Amino acid sequence: MLLQKWLTTLGRYVMLMGKTFSFPERFRMFWKQYVKEMAQLGVNSIGIVLLISFFIGAVICIQMKVNIESPWMPRWVAGYTTREIMLLEFSSSIMCLILAGKVGSNIASELGTMRVTQQIDALDIMGINSACYLILPKILGMLTIMPALVIFSSAMGVVGAYFTAYGMHIITPDDLTLGLQHTFIPWFMWMSIIKSQFFAFIISSVPAFFGYTVEGGSVNVGKASTDAVVSSSVLILFSDVFLTQLLS
Amino acid sequence: MIEVKNLYKSFDGREVLKDISTIFEDGKTNLIIGQSGSGKTVLMKNLVGLFEPTSGQILYDGRDFVRMSKQEKIHMRREMGMIFQSAALFDSLTVLENVMFPLDMFSSMTLRDRQKRAMECLDRVNLVGAEDKFPGEISGGMQKRVAIARAIVMNPKYLFCDEPNSGLDPKTSLVIDDLLHGITQEYDITTIINTHDMNSVMGIGENIIFIYEGHKEWQGVSEDIMGSTNKRLTDFIFASDLLKEMRQAVVTNKTQLR
Repeated sequence: MLLQKWLTTLGRYVMLMGKTFSFPERFRMFWKQYVKEMAQLGVNSIGIVLLISFFIGAVICIQMKVNIESPWMPRWVAGYTTREIMLLEFSSSIMCLILAGKVGSNIASELGTMRVTQQIDALDIMGINSACYLILPKILGMLTIMPALVIFSSAMGVVGAYFTAYGMHIITPDDLTLGLQHTFIPWFMWMSIIKSQFFAFIISSVPAFFGYTVEGGSVNVGKASTDAVVSSSVLILFSDVFLTQLLS
Repeated sequence: MIEVKNLYKSFDGREVLKDISTIFEDGKTNLIIGQSGSGKTVLMKNLVGLFEPTSGQILYDGRDFVRMSKQEKIHMRREMGMIFQSAALFDSLTVLENVMFPLDMFSSMTLRDRQKRAMECLDRVNLVGAEDKFPGEISGGMQKRVAIARAIVMNPKYLFCDEPNSGLDPKTSLVIDDLLHGITQEYDITTIINTHDMNSVMGIGENIIFIYEGHKEWQGVSEDIMGSTNKRLTDFIFASDLLKEMRQAVVTNKTQLR
C-alpha cells in the first residue's frame, strides 16, 4: 500500500516535470519570470548563505585546532581540514539542506496558495501551460544561481577561518594559509558544483510538485510546505551518498 | 453558442452531473442556479475544461470541446474569459499588469498598445486610477471588477463567471451584474454565470437553468420563475418569507414584478 502510494506520487511528479519542461509560450514572459526567480530564490539567499558559511568556517577551524592538535600532527592540519569540509560537504550538501528549508517552503507555499486561490486555474483557462510558466523559471533560476552560492559559501568559510586567526588568535595566519593551500585538488570544487546542481533541481522541483498539486485550503498549504521541506531534505541526503561515491 | 449534450460527470463512481443537455445562446446572460453542492461549479469546470466529462458533448459553435486535442483546447481557451469566485488575481502583479497579462502572453501588440487596451478595459469597469495598486490593496468588489477587465481584455467569445457576487454587498453585486450584462450585450458574447443571488436571477437572467442534485430540473427566463409550478425550483427560489409573499402577490394579482 505504501509502495503503491509512493509509486503514484513518483508518477505524478514525473508527469508534472514532463509538463514543466516544454517550450515557453512567450519567451519574453519566461525571461522576466526567470530573472525574477533568480533574484527571489537565489540572490535573496546570499545573505543567509554568507552568514552561515562564515560562522561554520570559523567553528570548524576552532574545533579542528582544539581537538586535533597534537605533537604528531602538522600545524597546518586545521586549515587543511577546514577547507576540505567546506568544499566537499558544507558548501554543497549542508548549504543545500539549509536552502531546502528556506527556498523549498517558499516555493511550496507560493504555488500552494496560487492553487487554492484558483490563480493556477486562471492561467490554465487562459490557455497557458501553468506548470511551464510557474515552475520552469524556478528550476532554471536555481540551477543558474547555485554555483555562485557554492563559491560564495566556500569563500566565506575561508573568511570565517581567517577570522579565528586574526580576530581570535586560535591559529596563526601562516599555518592557516599553509593548510588552505596544501594539496589543493581543483576537481573538488567542480565536484561541489556538480553536486549542488542535482540538489538545486531537488530543492526547486520537489517543493514545486507539492505546492502545485495541493488540494484544499490553508491547512493543506502548510502541510504541503512541511512535506516539501522534509522530502527535499531526505532526497538531498540520499543523493549526496550516491553522488559522493560516484564523483570521488 | 454553446451546446451541451447528455453531459455526465462522476467522481469515484459518484455521479455529480446527470444527463445535462442545454443551449447557451450568443449575446445572452445565461444563469446556472442551484443549491450548494448541486453541481453548478462542476458543470462550469466541465465547460471550461478544468474537468473532463465522463460522457457527453460540449459544442462551442459546433466544435466538440471534449474531443479536441490538447493543442486545440489550448487555442480554444484563448476564446474564453473566466471570472472566479475568488477573483484569482495574481498577487505579485499590479492591477494594470493583471489586466495586461493575457495580452503580454498572447498578443503581438506593442507595450504602448497593450497598456492602452488594458486601460480601456479598466475604464470600462470604472477602475481608472487603481492601475498601480496591488490586488491586496483594493476591495473585494474592485478585485471582481479587475477580474472582469482581465477576462474581456482579449475580446473573448465566451465569458464564464463562477459566483461573481459572492462575498459582496447588495449594491456592489448590482454593479457587477450590470457590468456583466452590459459587457455581454456590448461584445455579443455568450456569458454563463453560476449564482445563488436572486437579484441577479431577476435582474439579468435571460436564460436560467436550475440544477438540482446534478440534473437539469428547470430552464426558462426570469419572468417565468415567479409563476413556476416546479416545487423544487420554488422551494429554492422562495426560501425566504418575503419572497414567498411577493410570489403570492404575483400569482393572486396576475401582475408581473418587472
